[in-house]
Amino acid sequence: MIPHQMVWLIFLLPLFSFVIIAFVVRPLVRPESRIAGYITIAAIGGSLALSIWALFSVMAAPHHEIPVPDITWVVIEDGVTIHLGLIMDSLTAVMLIVVTVVSLMVQIYSQGYMHGDPGYHRYYAFMSLFTMSMLGLVLADNLVFMFVFWEMVGLCSYFLIGFWFHKPSAADAAKKAFIVTRLGDFGFLAGILLLYLNTGTFDIHELHELAITGVLAGTVLTWAAIGIFAGAVGKSAQFPLHVWLPDAMEGPTPVSALIHAATMVAAGVFLVARMFPLFQHSTEALTTVAIIGGITAIFAASMGLVMNDIKRVLAYSTISQLGYMMLGLGTGGVAIGIFHLFNHAFFKALLFLGAGSVNHATGTFDMRLMGGLRKYMPWTYVTFVIASLSIAGIWPLSGFWSKDEVVISAFASQPVLFYLAMITVFMTAFYMFRAVFMTFGGEYRGGAPDAHGHGGQESHHGQPHESPRVMTIPLIILAVLSIFSGLWNVTGHFGAFMGHGETHGFLEGLFHPFTLSLPWISLILAGLGILLAYAMYSKFWISAERVGGMFKPLHTLFYRKYWFDELYENIIVKNALFRGLFGGFEQFDNKAVDGAVNGVANGVIASGRAIRYAQTGQLQLYGLFMGIGILAIIFVIYFFG
Amino acid sequence: MVIGLQHYLILSAILFSIGLYGVLAKRNAVIILMCIELMLNAVNITLVAFSRYVVPAMLTGQVFAIFVIVVAAAEAAVGLAIILAIYRGFEDIDVSKIDLLKW
Repeated sequence: MIPHQMVWLIFLLPLFSFVIIAFVVRPLVRPESRIAGYITIAAIGGSLALSIWALFSVMAAPHHEIPVPDITWVVIEDGVTIHLGLIMDSLTAVMLIVVTVVSLMVQIYSQGYMHGDPGYHRYYAFMSLFTMSMLGLVLADNLVFMFVFWEMVGLCSYFLIGFWFHKPSAADAAKKAFIVTRLGDFGFLAGILLLYLNTGTFDIHELHELAITGVLAGTVLTWAAIGIFAGAVGKSAQFPLHVWLPDAMEGPTPVSALIHAATMVAAGVFLVARMFPLFQHSTEALTTVAIIGGITAIFAASMGLVMNDIKRVLAYSTISQLGYMMLGLGTGGVAIGIFHLFNHAFFKALLFLGAGSVNHATGTFDMRLMGGLRKYMPWTYVTFVIASLSIAGIWPLSGFWSKDEVVISAFASQPVLFYLAMITVFMTAFYMFRAVFMTFGGEYRGGAPDAHGHGGQESHHGQPHESPRVMTIPLIILAVLSIFSGLWNVTGHFGAFMGHGETHGFLEGLFHPFTLSLPWISLILAGLGILLAYAMYSKFWISAERVGGMFKPLHTLFYRKYWFDELYENIIVKNALFRGLFGGFEQFDNKAVDGAVNGVANGVIASGRAIRYAQTGQLQLYGLFMGIGILAIIFVIYFFG
Repeated sequence: MVIGLQHYLILSAILFSIGLYGVLAKRNAVIILMCIELMLNAVNITLVAFSRYVVPAMLTGQVFAIFVIVVAAAEAAVGLAIILAIYRGFEDIDVSKIDLLKW
């Protein structure tokens, strides 16, 4: 059994490393030193060790939950008390493993990728802070505490997307990410307050109890759940707030791997899973989650089909997979959604790190300038293909197991979304292998034209070469995880750990899918996707241009991202907000507020102009009025005094 | 008919009203000054009358009246000096034409 001080230490360790790097290392140590990276790796390694300990303790504990004593945080008058407390249950334990493993791999990888960057210390300081916030987010036991960490991961995301802030595109992308997610966070906060007003508690366990016992029900529950889901939509880049995630690829690639693929964007899925009893007792809210998830999955995948920037393909793929997770939560429950999150974290982090490795060699993210890297970068190639097979859902890699469960549960409760999910399976396989063949197949097409990498990267001339071992070893570890992480639920143990489902034998479970028809259909669809990609981008049997020409309107629609950026920027922001709403405010300010101020002054001037004619300069007239005044006073006193 | 307090007061009021009318209605500054004297003397009559009929043992009203006469003399001197100065500037002492202090 893990002592509760150790549970606190899980997220305090990266906080210590942040403080040390930000306040000691960065001012005092020259930027070429690798010390900041070692401190971060040590701290997160410690968190990982504690997380593994915690996982085994939770597995052994009754009801898979370890109580952690609260600390009183804020007392507002009497009665309103906010506790600082941690939850240590199966959901948290799994999330801790995901966050610490991916974060550790990314930190090790960054030692190679970010070495020599002028902002090296700043990078590790923010990475530590992010990891701390993310761990705090999954551990928090009340909504206020969680919301603080929720905002902190958003803040770290902003810092790290805009890491190369001298590039206007990166600075813009950072602002876009921050502002778009803020829209969702507003809903989250509204949901929290709505729950508090109706229940008087922020505590997650108590809210679960109230939802399960039916005290919290009806429209209040539905609206609160939808508010919370709005926060998840923003953070997990679900339709219609998905627009920030592709732009977030302006950040360094390891940042994309950690924050915008494996952990922070999955926080939305985690949030829905954490509050799941609330969603479970509101059919409308649960259906909303499933529908948004299903739409996002196919919508994002369709845009991923036509992108030429490898990181953007991966970004749309991430959005699409997050949609799967939401669909899994909405139709199947916590275990199914979180299991996909768990597997996705490893293979998607691997894909991003692979893309970073490719960029390290070629200096570009444009797949049209790559090609033939199979020969030069064998490790990157092999691991990238493993991850691609996994995300495409090929048996027996991890993606197969979790995606299959999502599809099966969708089939059972939402047939329309099931068909969308099936089409998405095909699209996923196609766009991933399109990326594989464009990047690694054929002949090398020369890399970046100006042989000039982004940010602080060195320039690369001539032959591309494999990345250093500090970068390939994390790739290999993640590839191993991408192969085997799915086997956890082959026996049904993951589902049982999450609270539902029964366990059975390993071999029985391993071949069980072949006795059903749905896994066969999705495997065939994935195979067709890979085959089509092979035909178009490896053998060129089918010309990609011809196909693009045949489906010109569709291609344009996908390539221009359904004009969502234009819709938001030109129509909503520039017209509806700037001209309409803010224009209205401006008019109100100019006309009503300024008008009132100026009107008072003008009124005084005008009345002065009118009544100054009483000042004739005729002393006798003044005297007359004085006399009349005195008479009036006398009259008043005499008759009314 | 016994002459009582109210007769003095009526006389005083008539004198005061004549003076006030003159101050407000006459255009010649010298006549206005004279009307002011009339008003002051109307007040003097009141003071002395009250003193005589209300508190006969004390001479406060009479003393006050003497003060008023002194001030009136000073006022007439200053007032005539001002009128003289105005006459030098405007070559006129019609107060309706002396209206520089307006909009």
